[in-house]
Amino acid sequence: MTEFLMATVVFLLVVIGAALVRLLVGQSAADRLMAVQILGTGGGAICLLLAVAIDSNAIMDVALTLAILAAFAVAAFSLPSQRPADTTSEDPDHAG
Amino acid sequence: MLADAFTILMVVAGCFFFLAGTVGLLRFPDSLCRLHALTKADNLGLGLIVLGLLPQAGSVQAGFKLVVIWALVQFASASASQIIARVAHRTDTEGRAGIESRRNS
Repeated sequence: MTEFLMATVVFLLVVIGAALVRLLVGQSAADRLMAVQILGTGGGAICLLLAVAIDSNAIMDVALTLAILAAFAVAAFSLPSQRPADTTSEDPDHAG
Repeated sequence: MLADAFTILMVVAGCFFFLAGTVGLLRFPDSLCRLHALTKADNLGLGLIVLGLLPQAGSVQAGFKLVVIWALVQFASASASQIIARVAHRTDTEGRAGIESRRNS
């Protein structure tokens, strides 16, 4: 069972590495964002498989962290790029 | 013995869905189509892998942790896919025009 889980981990690593090609060939920012998103889901799956294969519960926390970081990366990416402080100093017509 | 067979079956199915999701991510023509492949197939693969790992977990706490991590990834992926779809919709106007022209010609 341990060898089977390790082989699955290697297979998933190859699959996720192939998916990251979308980072290179991506036609828009959303494509590159999706290629990073797959690291959260696929990386989490790899960490869960590893945690059960080598019987270490600490790696499950790594899977949790990867999933949360992927969600935060997407949220940070979609924020508008202009801060409110810039608009008040440059644009006297707008208030606040 | 039965638990091992169940684990092998579920984990292989999960890996198949991960492979399908990656092929979709690389081969679909449009950003929104690729988003479908990413969120649906990959999350189904993760769910099957977690289901397959449940008999192998050492204790009830470890199994509970597996299910909690899977649920959290579902919530995170659902919100992230909505955000990515909005970004793709904002910046993908020429992509949609390209598909429309291909459909009309």
